[in-house]
Amino acid sequence: MRIFDPHIHMTSRTTDDYVRMHAAGVRAVVEPSFWLGQPRTSVGSFTDYFDSILGWEPFRASQYGIAHFATIGLNPKEANDARCREVLDVLPRYLVKDRVVAVGELGYDSMTPEEDDVFAAQLALAAEHELPALVHTPHRDKLTGTRRTLDVVRESAVAPGAIIVDHLNEMTVGVVAESGCWMGFSVYPDTKMDEHRMVEILRRYGLDRMIVNSAADWGNSDPLKTVRVAEAMLAAGYTDDDVDRVLWRNPVEFYSQSGRLELPDTLADGAQPRDEELVGAGATFEGNSVLRGARD
Amino acid sequence: MSPSTTPATNPMTTRDAIAQVASDPATIERHFPAAARIATREGRDGDAARRELLLAIPGPAAYVVDLVRRVYEHGDPAERRAVLLALPALDAPERSNAVGDAALPIVRDALRTNDTRLVAAALGPYAATYLDDDAWRQALLKVIFMGIPVEQVAGLAERSDAELARMVRDFAAEREAAGRIVPPDALTVLALVDTPDPSPSRAD
Ligand SMILES: [Zn+2]
Repeated sequence: MRIFDPHIHMTSRTTDDYVRMHAAGVRAVVEPSFWLGQPRTSVGSFTDYFDSILGWEPFRASQYGIAHFATIGLNPKEANDARCREVLDVLPRYLVKDRVVAVGELGYDSMTPEEDDVFAAQLALAAEHELPALVHTPHRDKLTGTRRTLDVVRESAVAPGAIIVDHLNEMTVGVVAESGCWMGFSVYPDTKMDEHRMVEILRRYGLDRMIVNSAADWGNSDPLKTVRVAEAMLAAGYTDDDVDRVLWRNPVEFYSQSGRLELPDTLADGAQPRDEELVGAGATFEGNSVLRGARD
Repeated sequence: MSPSTTPATNPMTTRDAIAQVASDPATIERHFPAAARIATREGRDGDAARRELLLAIPGPAAYVVDLVRRVYEHGDPAERRAVLLALPALDAPERSNAVGDAALPIVRDALRTNDTRLVAAALGPYAATYLDDDAWRQALLKVIFMGIPVEQVAGLAERSDAELARMVRDFAAEREAAGRIVPPDALTVLALVDTPDPSPSRAD
């Protein structure tokens, strides 16, 4: 089983997570730039963070045989802080980077006018850079927020087929299904969505444009939730091919719209992962593991 | 997807991008990040395309160095690596604006990272020429430590000296004391240094 986690914040995870993810079949991840828990107060904090999810984190992931890509954007929470608005000015130089496969994550937090502006401005940047966009739905007032999100998307120059609307649930999936956007589900230990409800949603809405992620971060979350969904699908009678479609081919198709999703040859066309890839895909030298002693 | 606007960020071809940098050097900040994937689509080497962009920057050495540093500082690891690999070409003696040792801060920055690709790329002929002895020895020790093959280091035989041999012997002794494997590259370096006395620490 090969798994692509299309939304996970690896910066907040440990090397043990990478080991377990690899052992469970995770071979590629997308790390959306987001809020770090502690509010940032200057552009420099953002650029160091962007550099990290385009630099150190993909290097770290490669040591565990996992391909790592990123989405770059100003999140709505910090869009409300005037000190962070300047981030919009540095985004263009990041949106041309090789490993940036979408703009994001965008969307609403408290649905303020500032959030409206920053959201629309970043969708325009996505169109300009021919990138898809990862948009999440707010934690509070979710259905209203989802409708408003879809309105902003409709008014933008980005096609619905180049948008994931994420963190959906039973109440919000319907309007997104009708919109033509991709439907993202963040499967968490005890909030948002669980693997059994996920399978019910797949039954009801089909596998088309369906995206499943762990959205694991610094909060209560589990980087193996993608794998749990795969297992729940198999237990519910879905085939291996169905699982591969939802947990690999769908996210690959979505992010390939960037033209920048370069996956290792070992993962091309249905190739199943092998154990000997464990260390060093691309970033290490033949016969030398950089794992040992690398942090001394 | 169907974006309504023509992306200003997408240069046409590698050749056009190089020409644009030659006439309007600041545009390198836009062209450099996308250069490798555009070159790959053209069947060209990405690092070579990036080197050509850097070499196309006109003007006096100080100006070239400033812009090269900005490209490096704004670069992701692949871009930074390409800058490091281009340093010997930027310092070629036939260039009237050869950068000399002014690009050393870039090398030092790369040597501070934990990224094996950057550390290896930093230790090319440019570092062999300009890096001071202390920094070069520390870098070489780091190379052995990180498991980067020492044969990738430029000027290895010329720059390895007795002090480096002492450092490597101490490192090997520390590993042995801990019951850990001594990397074979440590022995490679020791073999390069003509030191008849292999005692672990000399007082010098
Ligand atoms: Zn997230």
